[in-house]
Amino acid sequence: MRFLLRRLGFFAVTMWAALTLNFFLPRLMPGNPAEAMMGKFRGPVSPQALKALELAFGVDTHQSLISQYFGYIGDVATGKFGTSLYFYPTSVGRVILDAIPWTLGLVGVTTILAFVLGTGIGIMSAWRRGGALDSIGPPVFVIATAIPYFWIGLMLILIFAVRLQWLPAAFGFDITLTPSLSLPFIANILEHAILPATALLVTTIGTWILTMRNNMITTLAEDYVRMARAKGLPGRRIMLDYAARNALLPNLTGFAMSLGFVVGGAILVEYVFNYPGVGYMLLQAVNNEDYPLMQALFLLITVAVLVAILLADIATAVFDPRTRTGG
Amino acid sequence: MAMLPVSAPAEWPQNLPPPVVSGPARRGRPGLTRLVRAVRSNRKATAGTVLLVLFTLVALFPGVIAHDNPSATIYARSLGPSARHLLGTTALGQDIWAQTVYGTQQVLIIAIGVGLLSTGVAVLIGVAAAYLGGWWDGGLSLLTDVLLVIPLFPLLIVIATYVQGAGTLILVLVLTLTGWSYTARQLRSQALSLRSRDFLEAARVRGERRMYIVLVEIIPTMTSLIVASFLTNALYAVLFGSSLQFIGLGDPNSVSWGTMLYWAENNEALQTGQYLWAIVPGVCIAALGAAFALLNYAFDEIGNPALRPLRARRRMGRRSRKARVAVPVSGMGVSRAR
Repeated sequence: MRFLLRRLGFFAVTMWAALTLNFFLPRLMPGNPAEAMMGKFRGPVSPQALKALELAFGVDTHQSLISQYFGYIGDVATGKFGTSLYFYPTSVGRVILDAIPWTLGLVGVTTILAFVLGTGIGIMSAWRRGGALDSIGPPVFVIATAIPYFWIGLMLILIFAVRLQWLPAAFGFDITLTPSLSLPFIANILEHAILPATALLVTTIGTWILTMRNNMITTLAEDYVRMARAKGLPGRRIMLDYAARNALLPNLTGFAMSLGFVVGGAILVEYVFNYPGVGYMLLQAVNNEDYPLMQALFLLITVAVLVAILLADIATAVFDPRTRTGG
Repeated sequence: MAMLPVSAPAEWPQNLPPPVVSGPARRGRPGLTRLVRAVRSNRKATAGTVLLVLFTLVALFPGVIAHDNPSATIYARSLGPSARHLLGTTALGQDIWAQTVYGTQQVLIIAIGVGLLSTGVAVLIGVAAAYLGGWWDGGLSLLTDVLLVIPLFPLLIVIATYVQGAGTLILVLVLTLTGWSYTARQLRSQALSLRSRDFLEAARVRGERRMYIVLVEIIPTMTSLIVASFLTNALYAVLFGSSLQFIGLGDPNSVSWGTMLYWAENNEALQTGQYLWAIVPGVCIAALGAAFALLNYAFDEIGNPALRPLRARRRMGRRSRKARVAVPVSGMGVSRAR
């Protein structure tokens, strides 16, 4: 219990840190960047919205920094993120809500797929130590971690969209179609998801394979595995029930965390494929100096990660009794 | 003979080999000697070293292999590869080969700068937390952990947006500020495991000062992990620095691989058949990143088993649980936020 309380405390502190960063970063920069932004939007944006912005970014207000700060925290706590400037007059909340399903669908599914596949391959490669998979795999995946995600995306576009013309290069669906729940439309969505999903899969799976392999190798050297061998248990059973089961535990928390990062999306992959998810919106906000949207997205991504970590902590406490006693 | 130490007497006989730097100094740093031997015995480490040396040479002497001005936009546009322009020209009329060669400089400066700086910060904070203990440890560890879980790439994006057009120095500072926490955590773990060792106790009994103990007794024992930390941070800087430049948050006028990709993307290089413009800088980023990643992985393999993050944590019992929750995967530092 003490363990969980401590983790809850950590959650609160981190949340506060993220909020504070959000508040102070624009104010710390030389020549408040929000001022330039506001000059740009003075025309189309209503005076009330501008007034709210001035308060949010500390431009031309007579309020003290402290009351601005508490005002900001109060706004966030009550879900007031203001109006998006780029998508004016849509509210920031609306823009984000529209983007979330795309990211959850694309990045969520791919993350689960990468974890399951990577863990399986990792188990096999550790079990057949010195086999083909075990000797070729690690160096290949080490190199793969050094390749930028976005560049793999670019190369996939080049090969499959530009040269072979098999798959679409951009967007979540064909914009000439009207969104509906019909079969062709769903097929269209899937078709658009293949390339970005592949880019994500290729670049994330290596980490799972390597860590699972390393965990397995350590676990395979444990006494209880030797004991199982001595008892003459079948190899499959030792591999899965004795070694893999225990090797998986540290990876599960990593998996829960990576689910948290799903919301942040693979920002660059979405960007390269113009995929209308959260990461793409973040970069849209950045490129168009839509600071309210950017701040809200940053908070959302942080909260998602923090919640995932908290859930991972709880799961660890449930699955691993050592944590509970250890504190 | 050019390597003669400055302190060598002027009348040193020309035909004698330069004096070997004093024996004790070398014996005092067994970590470094071990590192050199380890690098030579491991194929991944050799490959990484060769790549890194190659890129360093290119960065130091770009003029030897590229004769065009990388910033000049004076050539015919969108040319294919030829003897005059090895990799062709961009849609803006720049020589791609020259841009690639000169671009090495900025990436390497960022990688090495961030590697050194953030390792310095990580050592300082990690060792101080472990060695001072108590409230210091609590505060510094909290700071480290908070920074560790705030999604890195979004944070980088937000900061870079406010900065607007980050040049080399700003990029180095921003990447350092956001990137030191992962290795600080590892360094703290190792320093903690060292704290109760006999040789430190001996130093304390001898009455050595704290500074002496930290600088002369603790830090040299951690050489391998410090090198690994440098490599991790350098890889992180290559990838994230290039990523920031790619999305247009760097200085768009700088000559670097990330910026090349930014312009290639903006000019639809893939859709207009200028493939090399988009391919070459990416290959270079991957190759330089691979150099750091290979070296790092090799150190995991050959070094002290305590270096291997996952296993080290496993052995260190209950403190490690927390570490595992926070950083479960050694590649996480790089992969988590993309």
